[in-house]
Amino acid sequence: MDLVTEIMQLVANGLMAGAVLAVPAIAFSLIFAVLKVSNFSVAAHIALGAYTAYMVNSLLGWPEAAAVVAAFVVSGSAGVVSDHLALKPLRSYGPLTVAIASMALNMVLENLLRFGFGNTVQALDLPVYRNWLFGSVHIPPQQFYNFLIAVTIMAALFCLLAFTSIGKAMRAVADNPMLADIKGINPENISRLAVFIGMGLAGVGGVLIALEAAIEPTLGFRVILPVFAAAVLGGLGNIPGAVAGALIIGVAEELSTLALPVAYRSAIGFVAIIIALLFFPRGILGKR
Amino acid sequence: MLIYILTILTFGSIYALLALGLNLMWGMAGLVNLGILAYYALGGYVSALLTVKLGFPVFAGMLIGTLAAALLGAVTCVGLVKLRDDYLAIATLGFAQVMALIAQNEVWLTNGTDGIGQVPRLGVTLQGETFSIVYLLLCLLVVGLVFAGSEILRRSPFGRVLRAIRDDAMVAATAGKHVFGFQMKALAVGGGIMGLAGACYVHYIGFISPEVFQPQLLIYIFLALILGGRGNNVGAVAGAFFVVIIVEGTRFIAELAPSLSAVQVGAIRQLIIGVGFIVVLQKWPRGMFPEPLRAYREPNGERPTASTKVANDLAGRQ
Repeated sequence: MDLVTEIMQLVANGLMAGAVLAVPAIAFSLIFAVLKVSNFSVAAHIALGAYTAYMVNSLLGWPEAAAVVAAFVVSGSAGVVSDHLALKPLRSYGPLTVAIASMALNMVLENLLRFGFGNTVQALDLPVYRNWLFGSVHIPPQQFYNFLIAVTIMAALFCLLAFTSIGKAMRAVADNPMLADIKGINPENISRLAVFIGMGLAGVGGVLIALEAAIEPTLGFRVILPVFAAAVLGGLGNIPGAVAGALIIGVAEELSTLALPVAYRSAIGFVAIIIALLFFPRGILGKR
Repeated sequence: MLIYILTILTFGSIYALLALGLNLMWGMAGLVNLGILAYYALGGYVSALLTVKLGFPVFAGMLIGTLAAALLGAVTCVGLVKLRDDYLAIATLGFAQVMALIAQNEVWLTNGTDGIGQVPRLGVTLQGETFSIVYLLLCLLVVGLVFAGSEILRRSPFGRVLRAIRDDAMVAATAGKHVFGFQMKALAVGGGIMGLAGACYVHYIGFISPEVFQPQLLIYIFLALILGGRGNNVGAVAGAFFVVIIVEGTRFIAELAPSLSAVQVGAIRQLIIGVGFIVVLQKWPRGMFPEPLRAYREPNGERPTASTKVANDLAGRQ
């Protein structure tokens, strides 16, 4: 295989992986936009979504689409409840206290999963497909479906934010909570909705990751570095930025395998964070 | 049973060192560093490698390990310290993960996930209980020295500038303080203390592997400092011993509920720590030993008035 084909193959893989990463990265950024808080428990909600999909798909035998919906609802609800109990009372102490508490919350949720399911690795029950061939680029159908699901979800979120009054209210709170409050938008309700959608998306991200990787309680923690990196690269709180960041990191991770041992793929996320912060302190799509 | 108690107290001392280092970085200088395990691991790895592969004496290994971690602290400063709080937290977390990747994958150096075994224990001639007692005393001595040093720093003009930077870096800069230099010193000294903790760990256990990067330890140390009282060195030490007692105390759950599997017991123990962490933050955000705030006397020598007390309380809620 010549270099050009190899690069095309890696870029295709990277775009598909990046689209999957984009879903939890959007989750992190959406919650940051509305609540102004880094919620590290996104990792555990990714794992929760994956386990929900495992129960719905492997144990009940329902199809993939049902697993995605179930993961959204379960992770979103868990996010609202845990945010209300653990993090909301801490908001008056500042965003950093909440961020640190969210790490403890992540440990709690991860260990609830470990208590229920153990450390044994689980997998979804999926049909095996033969790779499609475009020219000389191989596309595994499963990854392509994941890509489509991720793109559909992003489009739905975009429509929600751009065209509905709820989306408008959410953007208003993200922009200026006090002004939104004066205009009769209840920031509490909008925050709750943002956490529900955000953690729901994290759960869906978990399903998409679980379609290709083994499910275990630390599933979310293992992918969290590129997810955060994507959100930072795009500018925290910037949703299109998170998508762009995820695609860049997905492609960069794949291309890095040309020069670096595969084990260092996930270090690309860190390098991306540093480059982004040195050259684009507000993210690649941020306003100057 | 005696050895068990000695082991717990030795781990308490190691956690206390980590908490003192974190107190310098986060408690005093206000830098949220979620990459603290990188310094701890580097101190441990450097000391282990020097003594195992190059036959250095243990004390020399520990010293160089500590210095290496201090250097890493200064390097972190160059790359990361200009970042705002949330970005700094994410970037330092990533930094520790990259260090963990290196420890796992540079097999020629670190032996990968197998780790480095047969690290010479400090005081090889001692056996059994005598070793445990002597090592504990040594660790307590180290904690005492580091504690004393940290207290001197806290009370010195240096400590005052760090707290000023923490509370408002702009004001400190306006007062002519070189903010970056102070932050770099805080990260270097704090990193060095954590490296020393790693060296103390490795020459006690005699083994080091990428397991030292386990995220629970990060949570334990933050819990220790928050529980003890952020900004207060007494609190850092007390909180560290308290956390070790909780972590070890919950081990007995296995006997209370024999039907649970080992994994489930482990999960419950970490659940308790995690829930405890959040409860402590919600109920006692300033910890058991809150940072002592200066109670300014009125010029005529009277006790502080109600208004200064209110001002102090407000300052404490940060």
